[in-house]
Amino acid sequence: MVNLIWALLAVTGIVFAAFNGTMEEVNKAIFSTLDEAIMITLSLAGVLIFWLGLMKIAEEAGLLAALAKVFRPFVKKIFPDIPENDPALGYILSNMTANVFGLGNAATPMGLKAMKELKRLSGSEEASRSMITLLAINTSSLTLIPTTVIAIRMKYGSEDPTSIIGATILATLISTFAALLIDRFFYYRRKRLSGL
Amino acid sequence: MISIWMIPAIILIVLVTATLKKVPTYETFVEGSKEGLHIAISLLPFLLGMMVSIAIFQASGAMEAILSIFKPLLSLVGIPADILPLAFIRPISGAAALSMTTELIRTFGPDSFIGQLASVMQGSTDTTLYIITVYFGAVGIKKMGDALKVGLLADLVGIIASIIIVIILFG
Repeated sequence: MVNLIWALLAVTGIVFAAFNGTMEEVNKAIFSTLDEAIMITLSLAGVLIFWLGLMKIAEEAGLLAALAKVFRPFVKKIFPDIPENDPALGYILSNMTANVFGLGNAATPMGLKAMKELKRLSGSEEASRSMITLLAINTSSLTLIPTTVIAIRMKYGSEDPTSIIGATILATLISTFAALLIDRFFYYRRKRLSGL
Repeated sequence: MISIWMIPAIILIVLVTATLKKVPTYETFVEGSKEGLHIAISLLPFLLGMMVSIAIFQASGAMEAILSIFKPLLSLVGIPADILPLAFIRPISGAAALSMTTELIRTFGPDSFIGQLASVMQGSTDTTLYIITVYFGAVGIKKMGDALKVGLLADLVGIIASIIIVIILFG
């Protein structure tokens, strides 16, 4: 599916540009995006190197295991496939904690490390049930304080920049809950289809 | 205010606990870091490929053309059409969504209905396509199963929820 979407975006764009007379813009966009991708990867590399180093220490010191232990009943419901005491749980929890507190640049490294641990568990190139659940949680971004948005609102002279916090929390809770439900729905559908 | 204390506090707790437990902190840090570097490098092809394709689609004007088809439909339901591009781009490109949110807030004012709605939409979901590219790319998952469907459907729910909540609270 991703192959189709990927090719379709580029093909539609190029064909459309041919009729729309925007081929020059397309050319410019291609090359400026290459630079942009390198810049994003570089800045991501910085946070990945730092946080995965720090989290390795936390793992060795037993902090991740302690975190996993506290939230075990809760996480067990969301990720029933992960064995108890597995290090993957600790990383999943640090990823969720970082998201909730709006530490976006810490959340990604921990999520990626969690993915790696999940791949170790599944040992296949196909996305496992737990991987899809972890992804669903991250795409719906469980955030308590949307710092970036508040900063933009302040910049343009809002009388009450934080007025949207309540609405944002409510919307994010609904979308995360929906993500978990939809994830469950597709899981049972897969199971039913493979059972037939 | 709390956020400036958070990261230093995490570093402090980790380092103090590890030192007390006689974990070789610096060596362990370097060991874990190497994995971070490895993940970043293996990520680049996935990220770059996806970004180029999206950029072509956007720069050609195809996206705007598709959106203009949907605009009259939305107005029928009473949702301002100006918010549609943001709702559409939010799951696809984080950078484009952020600049669109900024533009909407600047044009209509942060405390207007559209300003509030853009703020909530921007804050309440993340860029699904980016997250899938990065998370699956980093560990080399080739078959992503239902992940994209789950992510995009959850975005749709999030966007509809944002609209309803903002109408009720600020409308």
